[in-house]
Amino acid sequence: MTSVGTAGFRAKRQKVGGVHWGRWLFVAALIVLMLFTLFPFYWAIVASLTPDAALFRDPSLWPQQIILDHYRALFGERDFITPIRNSLVVAGTTTIFCLCIGTLAAYALARLEFKGKAAIMAFILAVTMFPQISIVSPLYLLLRSLHLIDTYPGLIMPYMTFAMPLTVWVLTGSIRQIPKDLEEAAHVDGATRRQSFTKILLPLAIPSLATTGILTFIYCWNEFLFALSFTLGPERQTVPVAIALFRGQYQVPWGEILAAAVVATAPVAAMVLIFQRRIVQGLTAGAVKG
Amino acid sequence: MARIALEHVDKTYPNGYVAARDLSLEAADGELLVLVGPSGSGKSTVLRLMAGLERVSDGVIRIGKRDVTDLPPQQRDIAMVFQNYALYPHMTVRDNLGFGLSIRKQPRSVIEDRVRAVAASLGLDALLDRKPAQLSGGQRQRVALGRAIVREPLAFLFDEPLSNLDAQLRVETRVELSRLHRKLGATMVYVTHDQSEALTLGDRIAVLKEGVLQQVDTPMKLYEEPANKFVAGFIGSPGMNFFEGVLTRVGSGGMCTFQGADFTIRVPCDAGAEGRVVLGIRPQHLEITDDSARGDGVVRAEVGVVEPMGNEQIVYVTLPDGGRAVAVAPVQPRITAGEKVSIRVRPEGIHVFDARSGKRIGR
Repeated sequence: MTSVGTAGFRAKRQKVGGVHWGRWLFVAALIVLMLFTLFPFYWAIVASLTPDAALFRDPSLWPQQIILDHYRALFGERDFITPIRNSLVVAGTTTIFCLCIGTLAAYALARLEFKGKAAIMAFILAVTMFPQISIVSPLYLLLRSLHLIDTYPGLIMPYMTFAMPLTVWVLTGSIRQIPKDLEEAAHVDGATRRQSFTKILLPLAIPSLATTGILTFIYCWNEFLFALSFTLGPERQTVPVAIALFRGQYQVPWGEILAAAVVATAPVAAMVLIFQRRIVQGLTAGAVKG
Repeated sequence: MARIALEHVDKTYPNGYVAARDLSLEAADGELLVLVGPSGSGKSTVLRLMAGLERVSDGVIRIGKRDVTDLPPQQRDIAMVFQNYALYPHMTVRDNLGFGLSIRKQPRSVIEDRVRAVAASLGLDALLDRKPAQLSGGQRQRVALGRAIVREPLAFLFDEPLSNLDAQLRVETRVELSRLHRKLGATMVYVTHDQSEALTLGDRIAVLKEGVLQQVDTPMKLYEEPANKFVAGFIGSPGMNFFEGVLTRVGSGGMCTFQGADFTIRVPCDAGAEGRVVLGIRPQHLEITDDSARGDGVVRAEVGVVEPMGNEQIVYVTLPDGGRAVAVAPVQPRITAGEKVSIRVRPEGIHVFDARSGKRIGR
């Protein structure tokens, strides 16, 4: 009996040591991963602060001489405010519409009993399976006949069709995870279906709403093909299109392109950081079953 | 306060599962009616039908004088305590308690007063600003209870509210509930699978099996005069012993002889009670004597397992032909596993059930 006891104790101690090593390994792996993913961004920031000439002569990991010329050029010589505004309008509107419609659709799919639910889910998913490139031309013709080329709705509507399936799928999944008892308790307490939706379900779904919102926003913010095809001039061009069109006939203004990339990434990164706190807060509050 | 009545209610789910069959049941005004049965007996469904969370397939449900069959839950003015409490995780205890009132657009001051009063009566004062996640199981249970009480509903429905509590807390809360019922004088319907909970709490108990009502009666009546073999086996702990055999009439004095595989005994019997029967004897009516006893209603047995309970011992025995029985014996003399004993059947504790239908045909 005693020998078994000590053997068990020893095994436990070894395991504790193993956990210790495992943690160090984990931290090391995390650092490597961070260096790997953050380096391009770091390099973009450094390069955007380096004069073009120095960039090609002797590129250095540490900025030798910091200049803001590229940023100045971005907002002085070029009108980079307009594409940012366009991107914000298009991505923001798409996200809001997607969340509003997507939540209602997800609620129906997760909670209501009706026939053909599985078929609808499959159909929604099928929409995302079309390669974007294959529907650019028909979509262009469609939008042209609706006089929506080079307008905000002309971008928002195609974006919605592509972003909505993700929204609906993710939200349906997360609403299914919320115990049905909570809404039933609200009904017995006197709440109508709409009240139980707005006062119970929606607050509990906020973390997943934030997550899908961020994903949708990033998708629209970075989308290039539709934005290039369905806009005509700088008036309605979004950020990725504007950056792509920076390159002239004889030279590529790397400094400005990278400065633009930094400027374009900043709002998204800021948004994710803001919402991330929300997400974590929401998750811990919602994870506890009443 | 109001009575709740089901009249010939059927409930069949779309997948063909029948949860209630021609069920007529009434919880009288101010009564605590317990619905008890094994899992799958339809007891929770019956409660959900009363709450309006499920629609009946056929039949009528009344609360008070009102026909509520087609009313949604929010219009029935009843309160329900869920098994997992179903507290709203994003709201404080205060908001959880006041939710039903604020939904009904009660003035803020009224809500505040009522929440305060109920919180005080349940000892939740100090917890009003906490979220459910910060509460212990027992505290959550009390919040769930408080949420029901605050609204002063027509009736209360409880869906196994104690099953998530540890044993000691369960007994305390059971007493608390009993006291609450007396204080409020409210109609309560209480679902449980635990027969001891049913016996201690209920004014009357309804026993359900596969969606069919077996018997509704007071706890003592249920225990002493079970309508059939199922009720007899379900109510009482440890469960009743059953012995199959044949009943033959002897003479005209209203006496029969029961001939089973293990023993023979004379029992009083009514006319028409002959034939294949099952004898039901509660463990409390099996007396353990020493090996030497012989005679009518005595069977030799070998002790398998003994469970000492402090005030008594529960003895599991194997009979000569391999049948098993349970007996409850006093603490002294000590009985040990493997011991050879005799078991005497006390004639006053015998129930006779029809072997085919399971109906009780005599005592």
